[in-house]
Amino acid sequence: MTTLSLSAKTGAPAPRRQRKRDWSGWKFVGPFMVVFALVLIAPVIYSIYLSLFKDQLIGGNSFVGLANYGQALSDPKFWESIGRVSLFLVVQVPIMLALALFAALAIDSARLHLSSFYRIAIFLPYAVPAVVAALMWGFMYGTRFGLVGNVNDFFGIDIPSPLSNSWILASIGNIVTWEFVGYNMLLFYAALRVIPADLYEAADLDGAGTFRVIRSIKLPALRPAIVIGTIFSIIGSFQLFNEPNILQSLAPNSISTYFTPNMYAYNLSFAGQQYNYSATIAIIVGLLTAAIAYAVQISGSRKEV
Amino acid sequence: MTTEHTRRLRRIGAVVATGMALSLTLAACSATGDTGAETGTASDIEAALQEESTITVWAWAPAVEDIAAAFEEKYPKVTVDVVNAGTGNDQYIKLQNAIKAGSGAPDVAQIEYYALPQFALSDSLVDLNDFGFGDLEEKYTASTWGSVNLDGGVYALPQDSGPMALFYNQAVFDQFGIAVPTTWDEYVTAAQQLHAADPTKYITNDTGDAGFTTSMIWQAGGQPFVTENSTDVTVNLQDEGSKKFADTWNQLIEGDLVAPISSWSDEWYKGLGDGTIASLTIGAWMPGNLESGVPEASGDWRVAPMPTWEPGVAASSENGGGGDAILKQSKNKLAAAGFLEFMNAGEGTQISMDAGGFPSTTADLESDDFLNAESEYFGGQQINQVLVQSAKDVVPGWSYLPFQVYSNSIFGDTVGQSYANKTDLNEGLIAWQDAIAEYGNGQGFTVTSE
Repeated sequence: MTTLSLSAKTGAPAPRRQRKRDWSGWKFVGPFMVVFALVLIAPVIYSIYLSLFKDQLIGGNSFVGLANYGQALSDPKFWESIGRVSLFLVVQVPIMLALALFAALAIDSARLHLSSFYRIAIFLPYAVPAVVAALMWGFMYGTRFGLVGNVNDFFGIDIPSPLSNSWILASIGNIVTWEFVGYNMLLFYAALRVIPADLYEAADLDGAGTFRVIRSIKLPALRPAIVIGTIFSIIGSFQLFNEPNILQSLAPNSISTYFTPNMYAYNLSFAGQQYNYSATIAIIVGLLTAAIAYAVQISGSRKEV
Repeated sequence: MTTEHTRRLRRIGAVVATGMALSLTLAACSATGDTGAETGTASDIEAALQEESTITVWAWAPAVEDIAAAFEEKYPKVTVDVVNAGTGNDQYIKLQNAIKAGSGAPDVAQIEYYALPQFALSDSLVDLNDFGFGDLEEKYTASTWGSVNLDGGVYALPQDSGPMALFYNQAVFDQFGIAVPTTWDEYVTAAQQLHAADPTKYITNDTGDAGFTTSMIWQAGGQPFVTENSTDVTVNLQDEGSKKFADTWNQLIEGDLVAPISSWSDEWYKGLGDGTIASLTIGAWMPGNLESGVPEASGDWRVAPMPTWEPGVAASSENGGGGDAILKQSKNKLAAAGFLEFMNAGEGTQISMDAGGFPSTTADLESDDFLNAESEYFGGQQINQVLVQSAKDVVPGWSYLPFQVYSNSIFGDTVGQSYANKTDLNEGLIAWQDAIAEYGNGQGFTVTSE
């Protein structure tokens, strides 16, 4: 999103440089701008428009100004869902990125036999559709007929149900980590591959060990990739939807209709016909996500210098 | 808003009529609509069925395809387009969206009884009195007719019904020497006996199900949802019937006596087959599901009347089932009415029964063939004797909320928490009531929470 708005900004001043208005710049960006306006700007504007009204089953549609925003900001269900994905963000994302980083460094270290096998094996879950992954894990989590049930029976132990109230968020975190470690690993691995070989040679000549090389060469080179990975993960966390929505049918009492902000917006509009309030929630979540992602980008690139 | 809406619909209707040369059908339709005359409507319908036309039907009941084929054979000029737009809630969402958009809705739609008030009271459905269908009342059981008769209008013709009964696994009951419970107190005792004898066995499964809970409250004589003048709603999930249910069920929940398995899951079917779930209190449409979903338990299951709250006082309630309605958006209401009558008051009922549906028409329910049919799956028991008696014992006076679909969707958020934490169901019901009131008031209803 940020990169898109940047390119739009740089595109705009171009025609102003010439005294006679020259439209050739616009002709080049035109096709992009049309699609951009149609699929990105228009829905956002329509959502903002929707969020200013209130359509009731009885009484019809009426303009309510910012009342929906006031309602959302004082809605405990909304804040509960924001709180839940924030907790998810601060716990799951660091674990996932650390695992991805470790895997990327290990594969890049050239000490691993069959490194291309590991690369593809770790990446493979990313190719499994999220819906399938959630279903698959959902069955494994079953305490009666699932893998957890089998483990319990085999060892005669009693693992707490991953689908119970207190464990469900961790269980979803596990699914998401499994899905996205490979993607982030590939992101980091690609960044490691472009480090020039002479840097390693110089380090070798200076007598630097493996960990010194990691700390002084690899990690600094990885910083932009880590920032990107973090931003993607933040957006992913706030947009958490597929996994809880599918597990809900297996654990209806552990996953409420307002488990994540996206689920709340979905259920408000598709089960409750509250399109206006749903649009309001979507816009607030969008702004919040953009703000946090932007803050991470700023702080990430500042340290880089 | 309503008048504006109908006016716009009429205008759209007029444009389409000239364009599609359906003028004759429409003229007849608006004539009945304007004058409200009920005489001669049957012949109007008959005339419309001799015209070339197409109607669209949204339904998920498997029999509807066959019914449409039989209808087309009888009236070759009418094409019936059957669309499966999703089951239950999925279809209601699409229907609600089409109604809101003002176009795109089908002519006829399958709507379950619990969802009917939502569409009827929001003025989306045709009052079938316009076609003289009010006279069909005597064809149906009192409870199903009561479910489609809202605020004086008739908004659907009943198709199937689900009078409740106790389905139990005779083999498991015999193995542990448990008598078939006739009251809910005996049921709780049976649950304790069974679970004590074998901790892997449960009397039933329950993880919180809005349809089941409302049906149980219904049987207990509760009337938690009362709607007057379409918009004045009173909610009281702490009335005598609701409390009676919650207090009894608390003993099962708090004592870990029900299997924490969600209905319709794979685990559920397995549990029904291997004896983990020893009984189900559920609608009369269940036998077909047991036969197809749990073939390995063939011969083990039996049907008994639903346990009662007062010893010896037969009482029952409806669980599931629904009818079919004509949408106000329909541009071919006469042909739609003709199909509706064929499907739910004519030849269609037999086709529906052949496909495993439990009928709502008294003539079918009382027929000797139906009553005396012996079910091989149920060890040769004449199960329809029990089920038909249940249909007669349904407690009158029940009604659903005019926004029951959404209310049921948040059941897990509220009552479900009592199930998850094994705490007092009454607290969950109060939380549900509060959420219902909040939503209803937000939608412009006047909800009084008692």
